[in-house]
Amino acid sequence: MKPTNILRTLIVLAFLSSTNLLMAQTSGSSLTSIAFGAVVIALLLAVLFSVGGNVLKIKAKEIGADASGENYGIFPRMDEIAGKKVPDYTTNGSYHKLKKGFTVNIKGDAAKRISQPKVNTYAVSPKNFHGMSPIPKVVVAVGDKVKAGDVLFYDKKRDNIQYCAPVSGEVVAINRGEKRSIKEVVILADEKQISRAYDLPSLDTSRETLIEFLLGSGVWPMITQRPYQVVADPSDDPKGIFISTFDTAPLAPDLSYIVRQGDNSAAFQKGLDVLNRLTSGKVHLGISANASDSVAPAFKNATGVEKHYFEGQHPVGNVGVQIHHIDAINAGERVWTLDVQGVITIGKLFLNGTFDTTRLVALAGAEYKAPQYVLTKQGANVGDLVKDALTTDHVRLVSGDPLSGKKVTTEEYLEFHADQLTSLEEGDYYEMFGWLVPTKPKVSLSRTFPGFLFPDVKVKADTNTHGEKRAFVVTGQYEQVLPMDIYPQHLMKSIIINDFEKMEGLGIYELAEEDVALCEFVCTSKQPLQQILRQGLDLMREQG
Amino acid sequence: MKKLLDTLHKIEPDKKTSPFLHTLFDGFFTFLYSPNSTTVDGGVHMRDGMDLKRTMIHVVLALQLCYLFGTYNIGHQHYLAMGDPAYDGLFEGFHLKLIYGLIILLPLFVVSNLVGLGIEFWYAARKGHAIEEGYLVSGALIPLIMPPDLPLWMLALAVAFAVIIGKEAFGGTGMNILNIALLARVFVFFAYPTEISGDQVWVSGYDKLAAGAAPSYDSYQHLMMGIFDGLFGLFDWATFEAAAAGQAIVDGYTGATPMGLAYAGGWEAVTDVYTTSQMWWGTIPGSIGETSKIFVLVGALILIVTGIGSWRIMLSMFLGAMAMAIIFNMWGATPFMEVPWYYQFYMGSFFFAMAFMATDPVTASSTNTGKWIYGFLIGAIGLLIRVINPAYPEGWMLAILLLNVFAPLIDHYVLEANISRRLARAKVKTAA
Repeated sequence: MKPTNILRTLIVLAFLSSTNLLMAQTSGSSLTSIAFGAVVIALLLAVLFSVGGNVLKIKAKEIGADASGENYGIFPRMDEIAGKKVPDYTTNGSYHKLKKGFTVNIKGDAAKRISQPKVNTYAVSPKNFHGMSPIPKVVVAVGDKVKAGDVLFYDKKRDNIQYCAPVSGEVVAINRGEKRSIKEVVILADEKQISRAYDLPSLDTSRETLIEFLLGSGVWPMITQRPYQVVADPSDDPKGIFISTFDTAPLAPDLSYIVRQGDNSAAFQKGLDVLNRLTSGKVHLGISANASDSVAPAFKNATGVEKHYFEGQHPVGNVGVQIHHIDAINAGERVWTLDVQGVITIGKLFLNGTFDTTRLVALAGAEYKAPQYVLTKQGANVGDLVKDALTTDHVRLVSGDPLSGKKVTTEEYLEFHADQLTSLEEGDYYEMFGWLVPTKPKVSLSRTFPGFLFPDVKVKADTNTHGEKRAFVVTGQYEQVLPMDIYPQHLMKSIIINDFEKMEGLGIYELAEEDVALCEFVCTSKQPLQQILRQGLDLMREQG
Repeated sequence: MKKLLDTLHKIEPDKKTSPFLHTLFDGFFTFLYSPNSTTVDGGVHMRDGMDLKRTMIHVVLALQLCYLFGTYNIGHQHYLAMGDPAYDGLFEGFHLKLIYGLIILLPLFVVSNLVGLGIEFWYAARKGHAIEEGYLVSGALIPLIMPPDLPLWMLALAVAFAVIIGKEAFGGTGMNILNIALLARVFVFFAYPTEISGDQVWVSGYDKLAAGAAPSYDSYQHLMMGIFDGLFGLFDWATFEAAAAGQAIVDGYTGATPMGLAYAGGWEAVTDVYTTSQMWWGTIPGSIGETSKIFVLVGALILIVTGIGSWRIMLSMFLGAMAMAIIFNMWGATPFMEVPWYYQFYMGSFFFAMAFMATDPVTASSTNTGKWIYGFLIGAIGLLIRVINPAYPEGWMLAILLLNVFAPLIDHYVLEANISRRLARAKVKTAA
């Protein structure tokens, strides 16, 4: 039963017991009159409550609370008391119900509609890959013609991993940032896209040949290694490959919807088959068991993989959380993770023999005129994607979700892994007594805001910090939203004081920034947890 | 609104030339307006609506019933001790009791906040930090846990000691090891034991609590009473002067605390003087804010419902005290041990300590498992001190301070357990 329902029941019970108390005090009157009084009061209360309950429901509809069967009345419904059943498709895998977490319910979900804005330039940025040397070896020059899949640059530290052009066209700029680092390599896309030709190996070939092919083909950077959240090391044999097939982050795209488009389902399965050859362990698929999700057959009927069903709130869709419950990462171990569209790109390479980074990106957020999906390719120019799509220019665009994405301007490009371009209103306003009597609804884990009784009401988000940074004061808050056996606050403190032993002991290997993003969101002291964690991860990686 | 904001921006002092004024300005400005700061890249782009100010103010809000009742009860006890039957009832002489309470309580509140916040502001300016909200709660708690007649200079000294040695020396809000409010109280307790310890109750306005003792007021109180007497005269109400004239503490007024009585004679001795309903509703002498169990529990409920106070600590502390009391019941060596375990909660300040003192997140255990242990031990040790210690039959202040010191140790073992779980998991893997 949900906490709000428990509260409702308690309120009703409290009122009922108070009437009992009243009656107990009317001593001296006969039993019948007490009974009569009880019936009258009970009837009155019943009428009062049903009217009140209905008013609540009507109000809930008026303010735009989701009307899809959510209970806004006073009384819990029978099915809510009995509890929801586990979806029946979850029988072919393990099942995990995670109680901790928090749904950041904000306005601006992308509608299930696909548009195809014209994007002129695409770019690949070395900054998207943690731990890469800031000045990679760029093998193209401005003016060069490239095909999709042609090498643009490689990391000097790991020169067998190549970073390739997402589209065919002409290299029009190699932008440099601080200290001559390469900011991005920009390609002006051709009208007609051509891919580099590949000599596809058979899937029965040896693992080494397959890895060799993947490295040369340009899809390798799709594979991320944990710990440290860096591009996978081809010399490792990971103990497992993990893919989360649902995203619970605020305004996240529906991956089941994406995989249903075109030949994505077939490509996804093909991608899984390839990945299966890369590990001596297993390929694990984390699948949503939330009743509100309609899971694509490509996920629940995928073959050759271990399926794990997860029910719960954000961050249950994060692959890091899922790994923790499936087969947690111990010191010295490596696992690889991919996102769904990365698997699809690998699958398409093997299905069609082309380097195809086509992906669906959700333009989500209340500042879009019509939040929806766009069909584009990796590294698309942000300005082209949001052209005429925004209602205001007082807006922040985030490549990725609002909790763990990166701030981008219209001159910049989508992140390598981004499947979401979020718009948020810039919250640079003063709010009088905002901390005491908030003048507008705010998303909050805290029950000091009345919104906690209506968790399904969507709130308009902005980038205001709602307070200033403070020392760690409140405890137990991070644990409440991180469904892992980890003490985030103590881990953060051990990072701040550079205590390597503690960091390792408290489970830094199991975390990436996106996993603590929700902790950072709810943090009363407004601490920058993701930055602290990254600092710790970099430090651990340097120490080997 | 826009105008006010512009005016405020105009008068903002320069941070370089007058850091103290700037800190002061910033403190009040952020009190008036939530700042317009936005999230930075490299972290979350939207933030929860909750901040430390809102957290702290909810504790202060939860204390309000204690404040209201505490104020009134100062006056009520004062007139009750006189034994004039005209003021025996709770609401007889309402205006006198309320105003008398205010005359006593307001200076305590003002001094506590002036000294405490003053020191905080000064340190914040020195360090170039924004003012942190920690003292908001401490400043509200400290007057409530003091005897009403505590000399103001003593309070000022205690607050200064608590804030400087207890907090700023350790790095400010969030860094202290000991509960600031209790540190202020324990300072008075050990430095000026005649003011706060002993088995005599604290009733405001008497030099000593003995039959025949007349109320004595200092010059500030005389002045205030005179002013209000003038006002009351206009309405033809009873005046302070008339109420106090010729009055003295009546024969048979014992001046013993419930726990002092229980120590000597068990529960019967307590109920000879105080009824259970008096103790439950709090119409008994004591520290200013803690006497009313019911209003404290309302505050505790507010803290639990809003999630600001840890229900784990509150529940485990209750269980700890209960377990200890039941053990004492079975032991039964002294009259105090034989007091039925549930009556232990009618006496003393258990609930206030549970709701507002033990739950301070900075000084309590920071892990959820640790909170269970921490709360349970406070409950058990606090009751042990209350029942066994002959000098001062109440234990929560000392028990909480003791466990404050041990909280990091408890957390250490909880974390070590987490680390061992992680190591064991790796070992199982290699073995298999």
